[in-house]
Amino acid sequence: MTRLVYSAWVRERIHTAEEDIVLPASVRTVSDLLTHLTSLGEEYEAALQFPEVIRVAIDQEHVEHDEPIAGAREIGLFPPMTGG
Amino acid sequence: MTAPVTIRVQAEDFDLQSEIDRMTGGRGEIGAVVTFTGLCRDEGGRLEALELEHYPGMAEVEMTRIAQAAVERFSLEGITAIHRHGRINVGENIVLVIAAASHRQAAFDGANFMMDFLKTAAPFWKKEHGASGQAGDWIAARDADDAARDKWKN
Repeated sequence: MTRLVYSAWVRERIHTAEEDIVLPASVRTVSDLLTHLTSLGEEYEAALQFPEVIRVAIDQEHVEHDEPIAGAREIGLFPPMTGG
Repeated sequence: MTAPVTIRVQAEDFDLQSEIDRMTGGRGEIGAVVTFTGLCRDEGGRLEALELEHYPGMAEVEMTRIAQAAVERFSLEGITAIHRHGRINVGENIVLVIAAASHRQAAFDGANFMMDFLKTAAPFWKKEHGASGQAGDWIAARDADDAARDKWKN
């Protein structure tokens, strides 16, 4: 099981803040994960239709989309940050 | 000694003077303290409040990473960063950064560096609440903030 955490408009469009899911073995990288999630339903499609703008953190550390996700406990998906 | 790093993510307001006192009390080596306070502005009367969302856990972790990088890079004597979450009305505080050093340039640079990375790398998002009471849109990231961050690459 991998915990997925969604924030801001990604969370609003998927209609959940976090969920635990089992990922198929074919999902190896962040990019694979984004493609896989998009196939789960129209909420996911609405949230992730422009994958290039989605920022990703593995175990609370920023990563690029080519990062392998093997061993990840928690993966955060969110828009570019606007705090401060 | 290791420079103290204080990081907090909280709903409640903060008190500038007590945070400065906490950092400088009994620390004779500190010769400069620079503070930055970010407030919720009304955008020409259009806004009533902002909703600040954060990624619990990662927000603190990322702010700590940035603060430690600032301490190392500018040889700071201490750094404090406090970011609020939840609804913040126009005129209220959003964020506080305090950088302490032996001399002023390091304190100015440390506070500036902390804010530039906090805005672009710490997981916080702002949603607008309009003056007419309706919930508005999520604020979009600004290229100018990325440019401000990138100037520290050299």
